[in-house]
Amino acid sequence: MNGPNLRAIAAIYKFELHRFRRTWLTGLLVPVITTSLYFIVFGGAIGSRMTEIDGIPYGAFIVPGLIMMSMFTESIFNASFGIYMPKFTGTIYELLSAPVSAMETVIAYVGAAATKALIVGFIIFATAHLFVDLQVAHPFAMVGFMLLIAVSFCLFGFILGIWAQGFEQLQVIPLLIITPMTFLGGAFYSIHMLAEPWRTITLFNPIVYLISGFRWTFFGKGDVGIEFSLLFVGGMLAVCLGIIAWVFRTGYRLKK
Amino acid sequence: MASIIEIKGLTKSYASGFQALKGVDLNIEEGEIFALLGPNGAGKTTMISIICANVRPSGGTVTVAGHDIIRDYRGARSAIGLVPQELNTDQFERVIDTVTFSRGLFGKPRNDAYVEKILRDLSLWDKRNNKIRELSGGMKRRVMIAKALSHEPRVLFLDEPTAGVDVELRRDMWKLIGELRQTGVTIILTTHYIEEAEEMADRVGVINHGQLMLVEDKTALMEKLGKKTLSIMLAEPIEALPPELADWDVALKAEGQEIEYLFDTRAERTGVSSLLRKLGDLGIGYKDLNTRQSSLEDIFVSLVHQEKAA
Repeated sequence: MNGPNLRAIAAIYKFELHRFRRTWLTGLLVPVITTSLYFIVFGGAIGSRMTEIDGIPYGAFIVPGLIMMSMFTESIFNASFGIYMPKFTGTIYELLSAPVSAMETVIAYVGAAATKALIVGFIIFATAHLFVDLQVAHPFAMVGFMLLIAVSFCLFGFILGIWAQGFEQLQVIPLLIITPMTFLGGAFYSIHMLAEPWRTITLFNPIVYLISGFRWTFFGKGDVGIEFSLLFVGGMLAVCLGIIAWVFRTGYRLKK
Repeated sequence: MASIIEIKGLTKSYASGFQALKGVDLNIEEGEIFALLGPNGAGKTTMISIICANVRPSGGTVTVAGHDIIRDYRGARSAIGLVPQELNTDQFERVIDTVTFSRGLFGKPRNDAYVEKILRDLSLWDKRNNKIRELSGGMKRRVMIAKALSHEPRVLFLDEPTAGVDVELRRDMWKLIGELRQTGVTIILTTHYIEEAEEMADRVGVINHGQLMLVEDKTALMEKLGKKTLSIMLAEPIEALPPELADWDVALKAEGQEIEYLFDTRAERTGVSSLLRKLGDLGIGYKDLNTRQSSLEDIFVSLVHQEKAA
């Protein structure tokens, strides 16, 4: 066999999507219900008292943050379970013994997890239309940004799945680090609403730049400049790719 | 015959400092069944895991079908099918899906007819739409063999294929392995059951404490196996063997109290009765007789003991 093993990428990708399909009903219902709840609570109950942020109705304002929040957790959970489960059940032996390169493995697992995260993102986007009137200023940038976020966080999830030695560790990072950082990263408010020193402190939270960038694709403006957002997404991609290259070169937690 | 696997100076030290392999050299011939025999912890699984890329070697080289397992891993791995010891399967997948998946993972184009043939050969065709978790342990083992064969490998590794399997299933497995070799695939199996090596292998390698202690044709081993030892406990100890006994393969043991005679049970004349007559003629009395089969197990035990003593 010469050249890349495209059939292996296809086989793993299909296998992973098949795994998602087994739980497609919960997989699709959860984002729809969660989004609806956020709109009822934040949009309806609280939003009626807030009306506008930066000239944007509050209901519409929280949509990018909601999509980002779900995509962060979906990406991390899907990608980390994808590679953790074979380690846990022992079926990883087959992957290790197969003529598949590290790059092909990552493309397949991350590709499948990112696909699901994107689907969830679009479902939330569609659900949001039921509640608020939404105009997207830069639709292509929006899709591109979602793609970048999905891939970056799936890479991060993949690393987490390789590092984790138990189910608890898989849960800890998304629940105890990513979710709080998202809430504090301006998913539901503009950081300009914060008083100092919190406004400055918030700028150390990388999630701020991601949400702000995604909001920019909707409304043409964000908390920080779009160039900073792109810099952070690019940086995250680069760091994750670097770690993954190291993992496969050393066999860290994959091979003895 | 050409070697399909060449192992040179293979070593492995785990992070704990444990030295699992201490310089193994071994060639496997194409088309043979090679049994790697050794007690638990001898290094059998480590050796297989290195060849199948689940463990990194510390030193030495391995080539499979002429491909170095590190530099040319695609070529080497494409030639190998691995059936590990543990029944590790995707419980929620259907049998046919998991076998098709394996074929794709190894870069082979989809071939439903071939997958069907494997499943039929392994008596899994009727279960093809079952989820793996619904199958018995023996059937799961067959699924793992089907996965390993799905990409038409030239070498099949079976790590302890009959560990924890009941007697009947073990017989089935032996029959299956015999049938597989008819297809021309080279089979390397590890076992700690001596009778399994005797039953199936063309050659047997004995490994202990990370070293190959013996590699021999099974027929050569069987010749040793066909021998029996007759121990003659003497009534009175003697100082030396009388020269009249030179025609027999005898030795004086236990400080002159015992004569040991090694004979071939399959020979037309074992020489046992003539020896006993001769002893009577010489006036050497005996109080007891005892015969003992020297088995692969004896050879094995003595090898293991030699090493412990060293």
